[in-house]
Amino acid sequence: MGTDTPGIPIGGGIEAGIDRTRPHATRGTYLEVVHSWIVTVDHKKLGILYISYALVFLLVAGVEALMIRVQLFFPHNTFVTPATFNRLFTMHGTTMVFLMGMPLLFGFGNYLVPLMIGARDMAFPRLNAFSFWISAFAGLLLYYSFIGGVGLAGTGSAPDVAWFAYAPLTERAFSPGHTVDYWAIAILASGIGSIGTAINIIATVFCMRCKGMTLMRIPLLPWLYATMSFLTLITISPLTAAQAMLLIDRYLGGHFFDTQAGGSAILWAHFFWIFGHPEVYVLILPGFAFANEIIPVFSRKAIFGYSAMVAASVGIAFISTGVWAHHMFTIGMTSFGNAFFTLSTMLVSIPTGIKTFNWLATVWGGRIRFETPMLFSIAFLFQWVIAGLTGIMLSISAWDWQLHNSYFVVAHFHYVLVGALVFIVFAAIYYWYPKITGRMLDERLGKWHFWLMVIGFHMTFDVMHFPGLLGMPRQIYTYEPDRGWTLMNQIVSIGGFIQAIAVLILVYNMVHSYFRGDEAGPDPWDAWTLEWSIPSPPPPYNFAIDPVVASRRPLWDLKHPEDPDSAFE
Amino acid sequence: MVSSCAAWGATSSTSIFSTQSTPATEVDHLAYFVLVICALIFIGVSSLLIYALRRYRARPGENVEPPQVFGSVQIELAWTIIPVLIIVTLFLGTARVLFSVQDARKPASALDVIVVGHQFWWEFRYPQYNVITANELHVPVSSPAFSRPTFMKLTSADVIHSFWVPSLAGKTDLLPNRVNEMWIDPQETGVYLGQCAQFCGMQHAKMLLRVYVDSPEQFQQWIANEQKTQGETAVTMQASLSVPGRGNAGQGDPPSNSPAARMETVAQPAGTLQAINAHDGKLEFERQACINCHTVAGTVANGRYGPDLTHLMSRDTLAAGAMPNTPENLKKWIEDPSIFKPGSLMPAMRLTERQDAQITAYLLTLK
Amino acid sequence: MSTIPLEHVRDEAPWRLPSRGVIAMTGLIIAESAIFTIFVAAYLYYIGRDVSGPTPREVLEIPFFGTVCLLSSSGFIMIAERAIEHGKMAAFTGWWAFTILLGGIFLADTGIEWYKLIVHDHLTINTNLFGTCFYSLVGLHASHVIVGLIMMLVVLVCAVGRKVHPQHAARVKVLAMYWHFVDGVWVVVFSVVYIIGR
Repeated sequence: MGTDTPGIPIGGGIEAGIDRTRPHATRGTYLEVVHSWIVTVDHKKLGILYISYALVFLLVAGVEALMIRVQLFFPHNTFVTPATFNRLFTMHGTTMVFLMGMPLLFGFGNYLVPLMIGARDMAFPRLNAFSFWISAFAGLLLYYSFIGGVGLAGTGSAPDVAWFAYAPLTERAFSPGHTVDYWAIAILASGIGSIGTAINIIATVFCMRCKGMTLMRIPLLPWLYATMSFLTLITISPLTAAQAMLLIDRYLGGHFFDTQAGGSAILWAHFFWIFGHPEVYVLILPGFAFANEIIPVFSRKAIFGYSAMVAASVGIAFISTGVWAHHMFTIGMTSFGNAFFTLSTMLVSIPTGIKTFNWLATVWGGRIRFETPMLFSIAFLFQWVIAGLTGIMLSISAWDWQLHNSYFVVAHFHYVLVGALVFIVFAAIYYWYPKITGRMLDERLGKWHFWLMVIGFHMTFDVMHFPGLLGMPRQIYTYEPDRGWTLMNQIVSIGGFIQAIAVLILVYNMVHSYFRGDEAGPDPWDAWTLEWSIPSPPPPYNFAIDPVVASRRPLWDLKHPEDPDSAFE
Repeated sequence: MVSSCAAWGATSSTSIFSTQSTPATEVDHLAYFVLVICALIFIGVSSLLIYALRRYRARPGENVEPPQVFGSVQIELAWTIIPVLIIVTLFLGTARVLFSVQDARKPASALDVIVVGHQFWWEFRYPQYNVITANELHVPVSSPAFSRPTFMKLTSADVIHSFWVPSLAGKTDLLPNRVNEMWIDPQETGVYLGQCAQFCGMQHAKMLLRVYVDSPEQFQQWIANEQKTQGETAVTMQASLSVPGRGNAGQGDPPSNSPAARMETVAQPAGTLQAINAHDGKLEFERQACINCHTVAGTVANGRYGPDLTHLMSRDTLAAGAMPNTPENLKKWIEDPSIFKPGSLMPAMRLTERQDAQITAYLLTLK
Repeated sequence: MSTIPLEHVRDEAPWRLPSRGVIAMTGLIIAESAIFTIFVAAYLYYIGRDVSGPTPREVLEIPFFGTVCLLSSSGFIMIAERAIEHGKMAAFTGWWAFTILLGGIFLADTGIEWYKLIVHDHLTINTNLFGTCFYSLVGLHASHVIVGLIMMLVVLVCAVGRKVHPQHAARVKVLAMYWHFVDGVWVVVFSVVYIIGR
């Protein structure tokens, strides 16, 4: 098998070219190990730090969500005070987007992009470390707000202005405490980290590719990460600018959003959504990246339409910068403005549709295996289609006048962010956990996780559309019993708890498998990109010899020398 | 799905599908159109997906890789062009409704209402009638025979709010330093419910809306009453209406709310001088800071920070729908608004029991 | 322990990848441009919307001298770049120092202007909308000038200490990109504040 013989692989065919050296366990005192993690600039360690940090906040924000759902179980419930409830939904949203979504996706990007392009690390390892630690600081600062001030029971100065923090509610006159300041400064700091990582990813993809890997030969994951990073650069910056303006208003007496001095409340909304809309594409593009890698491997076919996928992804990023005011259809734009943004928003569905149909075509004619990563990917596909369709409904500006700020919107964006993004992230976790840790996650627990997640997710977020259609606005700490919303809210809440159990099963699986899981080996899924050619977990230097590639699927060429991709590209 | 939406619509007073006014009805029809198209797309795509998953699953023992297909320009074109056509259809349908609702011209018969949003209540002004009121909007019905839509101008005194009564129209935001416009033409009389739909602070959830669509006669009556000031009705306050309160219930007597009890002057414990009556209540009201925030037309109270109280007793609810308008609720509200609406901008005035009762007695006369 | 190189590729064309520094600086410039765009958008939106206080026309004087200094410094930094590419370290140090001097003059000019506005015209960041937008936008630009000057001073100190050599030309070039960006932003800010906004 050639596993322990250094240097020369034995035989040909599938065995050759895949490094089967068994990884050595790391040694050192406890203090040395901790120290090595704190000072690391290794993209793999930083990736793991980012992902772990994000998973912790996933649980924290999940608890916040469950508390919201308990409060909304009955009308006029008094589980939490109005002030606490307002903090809970603000923190839930802010945490999930900035302290869970971004770090998780940057973590995967950090880990995988260099490996997939045959590099030894990111372009700027120290910038990488700096970006992580400033993001970590931002998260701690944001959560310090719970105890900074009055104290936990009164939930201190935790932000309570909704995740989009509309002015002038956030001006000193209407938010005299420090809740807004924690929000603005923490997110500003995390934004700096995001911009740093984005620059790093772009530089890595363009400047660190191994020999033979032209831009049209890189796997789709680095392509999508490069696109997402570019979008990050032009997306986070408007938020940074707007938050700076808000702080100038609050502390230097500025008038950016001071309507008494002629300032405009609508300006904040524009600036925030110029950030906010592309931001959700920043979040979902890596999700697409994972689907682009996982679905082909489990269908045993190359991705259908690589070039179209690249073009569609770049197109989505471009178009997404011109749709932001579909969050503002009720704010009083002219009918022409409303019409323009209706059309531009609908246009996004064209490249998105192309991607979705390409996944369908990849699966078509394949030999589909239904291990856990593929189960989550299939659920992703269905749920993505539904989420996209409710998005189309919301893009209809006239209908949006009814749907805006209702639970229909909440259901839609959770359908995208949980039903699509979180599901495909779960797929990615089951797919790459073996590479990162050298152990397989347990398949049986995986299936339990999957089915509970599907049941809980649909119970919550399918039903959640209906209170919106029946007039229930969002961000309310209670509701009237005569509106007919009560039963639906109860079903939604129960579904939330089922999802919580599913996530706990995943956490247990991840911890238990780390110690007791089956050994994974370098290539447990029989996949085709470069990260599967090195041991699991990879050595610090990644590749013993710099790879040289001739096609988009270098390992396919190795395993199928009679039918290599390089003959077709 | 569509018919179940309609069925559900019947069960909720705030369903966007049970519409009573043209803006809402137009949107309702558009929504059905879009729903049907989306349903067809969903059925089509998911059928293909389910079929593929069944037909192409790996059978046990299969070890050969399937034929590798890398793409097809024709197929890519097909599923680019078809979505473009669908989008053009959807957009044209939307544009029609969008322009017809948003750019509708105001007929001469229209009623003008100015809506000013506050934390956490609604101010309504009728410039054509010189009427200012709060929280409960009265409009005349607009039947096909006699069209009398209500055209509203919306703005805010503080932060961003949103006016949403689903049966009557889509929501429109209220922004400070900016005037937005919307219109409704309710076709049937009745009470329509809604609430603020833009997070505006701690009590956003309790900034409720009630729209009373009156027959033309009822509306005229209501306007006429609203136009009366409390200066004119001061004469009628000679009748001393004593209100049972903790302070004057006497030893062991349960408070009674019957008309007879109200007309009596209840014996006071030693030290209290007079019965609780509305006249004294008015004096108390005018002594307190109430007058700085509230207006009672015809008196010295002309504050604009809080709701206009001139005809407080003509309303069904208090505090923007937070609770029913009953004497007990009113008294508790004055005592401490945070019992009902913590975070409301009305402070607890720290009145004595007696002062509370007196002011309540006075307010009960503001019909 | 080895991975077989997947050497199907027979062409001997050199494998060229772009420079990390240039790509990263381009990325940073894109992000910073987006930030400036938002401040410019706010400035443009608020032109003429003041309810009180001094107007731009009343108090703004066009800073010709500072602008000429700053924009010409772009030319001089290019001369310095060419010098280091050709190995002329003394010339490089001289032209580099001159660029920094010009940048410093620009900052001084801005400082004088602000002194006049604050002390004589009573225009501060909280006076009115114009004040808020003006000091934010011009201040944001000035802060970028300061950061650029600090970085350039570090290079100057190293150059004077003979630690800078021709092989550092690429890194110097990356820093020069930043400086060109700062100058480019000034063209926009100048046009918006002193031409369109007055």
